[in-house]
Amino acid sequence: MIESSLKDIAAALRDKKVSAVELATESLARIEAGNARINAFVTVDRDGALAAAKAADERLAAGTAGPLTGIPLAHKDVFCTEGVLTTCGSKMLSNFVSPYDAHVVSLLKQAGAVMVGKTNMDEFAMGSSNENSHFGPTRNPWNTDKVPGGSSGGSAAAVAARMVPIATGTDTGGSIRQPASLCGITGIKPTYGRVSRYGMIAYASSLDQGGAFGYSAEDCALLLSAMAGHDPRDSTSLEQGAEDFGRDLAKPLAGLRIGLPKEFFAEGMSDDVRAAVDAAIAEYRKLGATTVEVNLPNARLAIPAYYVIAPAEASSNLSRFDGVRYGHRAADYGDLNDMYCKSRAEGFGGEVKRRILVGTYVLSHGYYDAYYIKAQKLRRLIANDFAAAFQQCDVIAGPVSPTVAFGIGEKSDDPVQMYLSDIYTIAVNLAGLPGLSHPAGFGAGGLPVGLQLIGNYFGEARLLNAAHQYQQHTDWHTRVPAGV
Amino acid sequence: MSRTDWEVVIGLEIHTQLNTQSKIFSGASTAFGAEPNAQACAVDIALPGVLPVLNKGAVERAIRFGLAIGATVAPKSIFARKNYFYPDLPKGYQISQYELPVVQGGQITLQVPDGKGGAYEKVVNLTRAHLEEDAGKSLHEDFHGMTGIDLNRAGTPLLEIVSEPDMRSSAEAVAYAKALHALVRWIDICDGNMQEGSFRCDANVSVRPRGQAEFGTRREIKNLNSFRFLQQAIDYEIQWQIELIEDGGKVQQATVLFDADTGETRAMRSKEDAHDYRYFPDPDLLPLVIDSAWIERVRGELPELPEALSARFQGEYGLSAYDATTLTASREVAQFYLDTVAAAGTANAKTCANWVMGDLAARLNKAELDITASPVSALQLAGLVQRIADNTISNAIAKKVFEALWNKEGGDDANAADTVIEAQGLKQVTDSGAIEAIIDEVLAANQKSVEEFRAGKEKAFNALVGQCMKASKGKANPAQVNELLKKKLG
Repeated sequence: MIESSLKDIAAALRDKKVSAVELATESLARIEAGNARINAFVTVDRDGALAAAKAADERLAAGTAGPLTGIPLAHKDVFCTEGVLTTCGSKMLSNFVSPYDAHVVSLLKQAGAVMVGKTNMDEFAMGSSNENSHFGPTRNPWNTDKVPGGSSGGSAAAVAARMVPIATGTDTGGSIRQPASLCGITGIKPTYGRVSRYGMIAYASSLDQGGAFGYSAEDCALLLSAMAGHDPRDSTSLEQGAEDFGRDLAKPLAGLRIGLPKEFFAEGMSDDVRAAVDAAIAEYRKLGATTVEVNLPNARLAIPAYYVIAPAEASSNLSRFDGVRYGHRAADYGDLNDMYCKSRAEGFGGEVKRRILVGTYVLSHGYYDAYYIKAQKLRRLIANDFAAAFQQCDVIAGPVSPTVAFGIGEKSDDPVQMYLSDIYTIAVNLAGLPGLSHPAGFGAGGLPVGLQLIGNYFGEARLLNAAHQYQQHTDWHTRVPAGV
Repeated sequence: MSRTDWEVVIGLEIHTQLNTQSKIFSGASTAFGAEPNAQACAVDIALPGVLPVLNKGAVERAIRFGLAIGATVAPKSIFARKNYFYPDLPKGYQISQYELPVVQGGQITLQVPDGKGGAYEKVVNLTRAHLEEDAGKSLHEDFHGMTGIDLNRAGTPLLEIVSEPDMRSSAEAVAYAKALHALVRWIDICDGNMQEGSFRCDANVSVRPRGQAEFGTRREIKNLNSFRFLQQAIDYEIQWQIELIEDGGKVQQATVLFDADTGETRAMRSKEDAHDYRYFPDPDLLPLVIDSAWIERVRGELPELPEALSARFQGEYGLSAYDATTLTASREVAQFYLDTVAAAGTANAKTCANWVMGDLAARLNKAELDITASPVSALQLAGLVQRIADNTISNAIAKKVFEALWNKEGGDDANAADTVIEAQGLKQVTDSGAIEAIIDEVLAANQKSVEEFRAGKEKAFNALVGQCMKASKGKANPAQVNELLKKKLG
């Protein structure tokens, strides 16, 4: 049943063909069977899941169930969960049990979704391969020698491996879209401010945005609708209330104008990815969409801008992990400064340290204007590019990642190569736009390729509509990795 | 060079705790004195994932202050992060304002005591005032070999008020700090409790040869929590800097602490190991936007300000600048005075001022009472003033009546003074016949003084007046005694 669409699972629950407890049990069994191979989960909350499933069954019986009641789901371990370990993929928080729920977590609890566990991730969401986890790398269900992408690689792999039908993720520079692409599932990052960041452990506050993974655009629409909405506890949360992002799913695509950024198609994309992307765009044309070339002249500056702004914010956001109040504290230390140094040296992994160092540097006296201020100016230029492009089109399409999933260990020694794998996704975060990745075929080694759709501000329903219509006429999203 | 060849330059940074119910970025209570960490919520202890939400009440208080000093209330200001590690700073950064503060400019006019019983006027310009959060407290005494952290204070709203380097003596610095202290209480944005740390001063002090245009190198004295310490610390620092320079030394920019026990300042850290705070705009908070409607609403709610009231006291009541400033030192004193004058009549405003600043202030001070707890009400004091004015009692007797009022001998009514005068028979004797009879008696009993007076000793006359007053138990009208005595002797 876990492999079915949310609509079908919900119908089965309603018609008493399956119970929420049975669904949770199935999900837990799949995790138990596959996690040793995939390492998608850091924590499995069997007792909590069964208790939540029992409560969901009561709601189903009472007729007060919503569309997500009784549906098993996994949270990226970046979201705080009351009473459940919340590690953020780090040794620093390997002992941290949150005393409160993130806003997203409590919304989905209220919706009756059944959390089965917390998924693996790059430490503090810094990475594009899930190799930067204190709990070991997550493996791609399509080929366990390959990375699942990151930083929400655990959530993407868990959904791809059909351990759960939906999962939450966060996307700071592509951390939902890229693993969705590499794992052959659908993932959406909404407009910045749609999903409350309260209880979502911060990496780069001005870029972090929660979002959804599912088998299809339709499932993502259901999950995202339950996650989004104004939260007074997050000052950057948009005023808009909750909305039904699936409201336009059935709309035909005739008249849809798809912008194709010249810069995305110029170079850098591998041939297999290009072939799949071109084919997907051809399919959209077949569905009635028109395409137009657009320009994002500053898109190439997205990576340098991002690797100033994100580390700057991260260097400050991660200062609270000092070993004083919670988290890892070194066993032996001399004075206070020694305690800080040792606790942080031991608690953080290499990539996190690298970004803290970079961020500290770019904010330092004498460098701030040259780096941070300059990067903010680039950010503005990039956002302006998108604004101009959206004068000509409704959505922008392109690749998500230059290549299919790469090998575990392949880029670990070269951070810059790793950073470049986010070249197509990062500009979207800098502009605060919504972006989606959906399966669009397979490339080298039979590994999935995703297509990225970028929307204008608040354009989530349009993105999901386009992807859904595509998925009505293609079956890439229904493909399941062998051995699952 | 002598001491007078040096000019002192002082600027103050004053941290005022704003009197909001809850913290600046969380819903936790700001009440003082709770059990350690009982008032620190998830946001205050900086749990992973928590976010700040700005308390509008703190902004409102900043606006009040800005309007009260005639500053620009910025239509858009920015919260920034000031990054440094310290155990009582849970996030590893303090949310403050850096490049764009909420209050910009403004000035305060003060009366500075000239040391000769008078005062002179001084205008101090303000650079800015910005909103920020307070840190927690490190408790070093209670734990052996360890430091305790109390985060109750973490997140308490502060308005940091920064002056221009306009002050030229410790007296001016203290007068400025006092005026600011009075003002923040007057406009009800801070309780001003210095023992509890609600009003803390940092003083930037430098010296330069008189006539030199450039400032000398400054040292910053941190955390002075009483006006006396402020004065002592600055005076010590000035002397220290002058002696250092005169001995051929050079002042190094530094942060110093004042030791109240020794009365000395000592360097805490030099410029070399000053922090690089890596300020940048806090991405968790939107720019603070204050529209003109908000400003106008706050303006409408402001009470009449001490400077305006002081001008009114001088203009309408004919008080001196010094008296008017003293009576506007706090809103409570000013209100008491206004109530007294309202009941006693504007013609008696000066007498009322003398009583409020004189006997009443002294008596309250001795009893350590606030004027709002005065046993003598404004109406009772007004009754007393009226009896002086209409010659029912003399000033000397009035002091007696005041004492009785203080002791509640006249009851609680507004006419308590009359009750006392009546009951104790203190009414002034103005009947010339009665006074003459007293004079005759005194003259008969003090022939020696009479002779001395006639021999040209003026003092003897005063002695005789004194004897007459004494014989009348102070009740005789002194002017009449004088006049009649002169006639008798002349």
